[in-house]
Amino acid sequence: MIFWRPFSADHRSVGISYLLLALCAVTLGTLLSVFMRIHIIAPYLNLPFFGVVPPEGYLALVTMHGTLMVFFVLTAAPVNGFASLVLPAQIGARSMALPRLNALSFWLTALSLAVLLAAFFVPGGAPISGWTNYPPLSGIAGTGPGQATGMDLWLVSIGIFCLASVLHAVCLLTTIITRRCAGMTLMRMPLTVWSWLVTAVLMLFAFSILLAAVVLLLSDRHFGTGFFIPKGEVINGMFYDHLHPHPDGSPMLWLHLFWFFGHPEVYIAILPAMGLTTSLLANFLRRPPVSYRFMVVTTLAIGGLGLMVWGHHMFVSGMNPYAGTAFGLITMAIAVPSSGKVLGWLAMLFQGRGSRVSPLPTPMLFTLGFLSFFVAGGLTGPILAQPILDAYLHNTYFVVAHFHLIMAMAGVFALFAAVYYWFPLMTGRLMNEHLGKWHFWLSLIGAYGTFFPMHFAGLAGMPRHYAQLTGSTSSLASLLPLQTGITHSAIFLACAQLLFLVNLAWSVRRGAIAPENPWQATTLEWAASDLIECRISHSPYEYRFDGNVLKPVMQCSIQQKQE
Amino acid sequence: MPATFTRSTTDIERKDTGIGGKPPVDRRPTGGGGGDDNWDHHPNGRRGPRELLSRYRLGLFFALAGDLVFFITLVSAFFVRQNAGHFDVRDNYVSDWHPLAIPPILWINTAVLLLSSLTMEMARRHLFHEIDVMEEWLGLGRPAVRRAAPWLIGTAVLGALFLTGQWMAWQQLASQGLFFATSQNSHFFYLVTATHGLHLLLGIIALAVALCALFLLRKVELRQIAVDCTAWYWHTMGAFWIFIFVLLTYFQ
Repeated sequence: MIFWRPFSADHRSVGISYLLLALCAVTLGTLLSVFMRIHIIAPYLNLPFFGVVPPEGYLALVTMHGTLMVFFVLTAAPVNGFASLVLPAQIGARSMALPRLNALSFWLTALSLAVLLAAFFVPGGAPISGWTNYPPLSGIAGTGPGQATGMDLWLVSIGIFCLASVLHAVCLLTTIITRRCAGMTLMRMPLTVWSWLVTAVLMLFAFSILLAAVVLLLSDRHFGTGFFIPKGEVINGMFYDHLHPHPDGSPMLWLHLFWFFGHPEVYIAILPAMGLTTSLLANFLRRPPVSYRFMVVTTLAIGGLGLMVWGHHMFVSGMNPYAGTAFGLITMAIAVPSSGKVLGWLAMLFQGRGSRVSPLPTPMLFTLGFLSFFVAGGLTGPILAQPILDAYLHNTYFVVAHFHLIMAMAGVFALFAAVYYWFPLMTGRLMNEHLGKWHFWLSLIGAYGTFFPMHFAGLAGMPRHYAQLTGSTSSLASLLPLQTGITHSAIFLACAQLLFLVNLAWSVRRGAIAPENPWQATTLEWAASDLIECRISHSPYEYRFDGNVLKPVMQCSIQQKQE
Repeated sequence: MPATFTRSTTDIERKDTGIGGKPPVDRRPTGGGGGDDNWDHHPNGRRGPRELLSRYRLGLFFALAGDLVFFITLVSAFFVRQNAGHFDVRDNYVSDWHPLAIPPILWINTAVLLLSSLTMEMARRHLFHEIDVMEEWLGLGRPAVRRAAPWLIGTAVLGALFLTGQWMAWQQLASQGLFFATSQNSHFFYLVTATHGLHLLLGIIALAVALCALFLLRKVELRQIAVDCTAWYWHTMGAFWIFIFVLLTYFQ
């Protein structure tokens, strides 16, 4: 049975609603990316309904792909979706602290998605300035197709999304601080809850700033202010200064504001995945994390440092080079807690090699896949963190490879792991293991095949957002075989996701009924549903020998009567 | 002290382990009242009837923190734009930042807003006055509500006065020829005062809702929460205004 009542404020229903929204967004985003990939290698292809896609159309695809994926998949699913679904149970609460606020934030997110998708259908179409929307391209309506109404719709949509996210962060923080059950101290919370705590703080700050930036940009576009529009712009052959009262703004202001949001945003996307990884590794290796306190400290460190590194997206923007040095150093510093986490996970894997569950179930496979992608994508981080290397690699496919490996694949693999893991909580059934394994292996191969060669394209100097390799950009024509391979791999990867969709659809109705605690987990969301009052007295990841077998010690297994 | 309904604390022996570490896990089925009950000495009120109030206050605190970050972003744009300038035809650097004289009515508006914070606080305290709350809870009329309501109305009136004053300030600026888009400075002025004014309008609406809640809601606790959260929101908007006012007066 499904515990989903779409219009209720029950936290599980809201969580499932968020996940369904993210599913729609990821399907659409993947479709857009397939169109993008096909366009790069066959720019003059005549599509059935759209005709030949012009380069501006490619940019519109890029913009919407990025926006959908970053906001509506990588923020909506790991934080909003899974936290709503699981957080209250994991801390022993019956519901969120402010359940109707939680529901409101979902409906605002849904409204935001609807407004964003409307941008496809207005005259001019979707905006073309990338998900980062640098002015003056994004600040002036006449600069390109889709930059008028389409851009306004984007801004309104993201403004609503910011509001929804801030409200959801408020709800999460209040819940974690006030609704923990008896005995659940901060240091006894599951690591997923810690990651949601840090993520919620980041969301509170980051999305407020994005909201302010969006308001300022809307003001520039509609109220004649000049926060971001510089002097001397020539638009369509005309001096823009003659049309605009006093443009004397600075695009750098937008960059600072946007990236002060944008960098914590990617940590918002990845921190819950990290918390989940630790939890799942502990679960399937039947052992606690190497050091719980260490994992908490690294989570806090990543969250804190993540607020200080935004300038590494701006090394070539004309920023003060000394600022570049500072940002480069702090960015390299953030590699320390991240590597600490990875080493901790590897240590868990090594120490748990005797006690691990065998054969590895699908959530564990995806967790290992997360590890693999996180290392692969993360290793190129310190490379890009150095201003002098970034001077060459900025806005090339090297960067595309980096963030896709780490956000798209690692983040998304963690989402897959979470779906396969918590499916019994959502539906009472298990997903099909066979299909799951096929999904995993095909996705792994497809993802590496798609994103790894992009490093080479980047090193060869191919810039991002280029709609074609031939024509006026003939110096890139030698990369056509590489890009063709990438496109074929991308189509393969996209098709492999059909297995996941089929698995989902089939398992919702016909999956094997799940036993009470199918994964033998220790955290509270798997506790028997009639355990209403329980007092916690030990950590969330304990296993005890029972004969020859490691049995999970449920976090609330030692029960005491209330006074 | 605000009125609370804490249950009488039973005799809870608190074992101080003395070693500053984690207390030993008590697996005896003692039935509570011994062992490590409340071993970290957290205040009992958290789990008691004040829980709902503290939860809503905490939620409001986080929401206001986000709002503060929003205002700080606008202010940072303000400081960045103070360096706006250009090079004229003779390569001289000409600053484009034209400080404007704030209309003097803003001083009166500030005083009005501070006064409204005072009246708001009076309303809030009346609703937490122990004896009155006890009488309401027992069903003996509504003395707390009757005492708080006029102060709430007064706060709303003062808030509306403030907004009218802001509008007049805008009119005065417009009569000097400084409109929203006239200069770097003027659009910041209008933007930040408009944003604050919008928040204050939301505050006045919240006051109206709280006033209705005082008469329509049945539980005393919920009435307290409605007025308390509105009060804290109102005080915060007042504090934001002081911040903005000082900025506009002395830091242009």
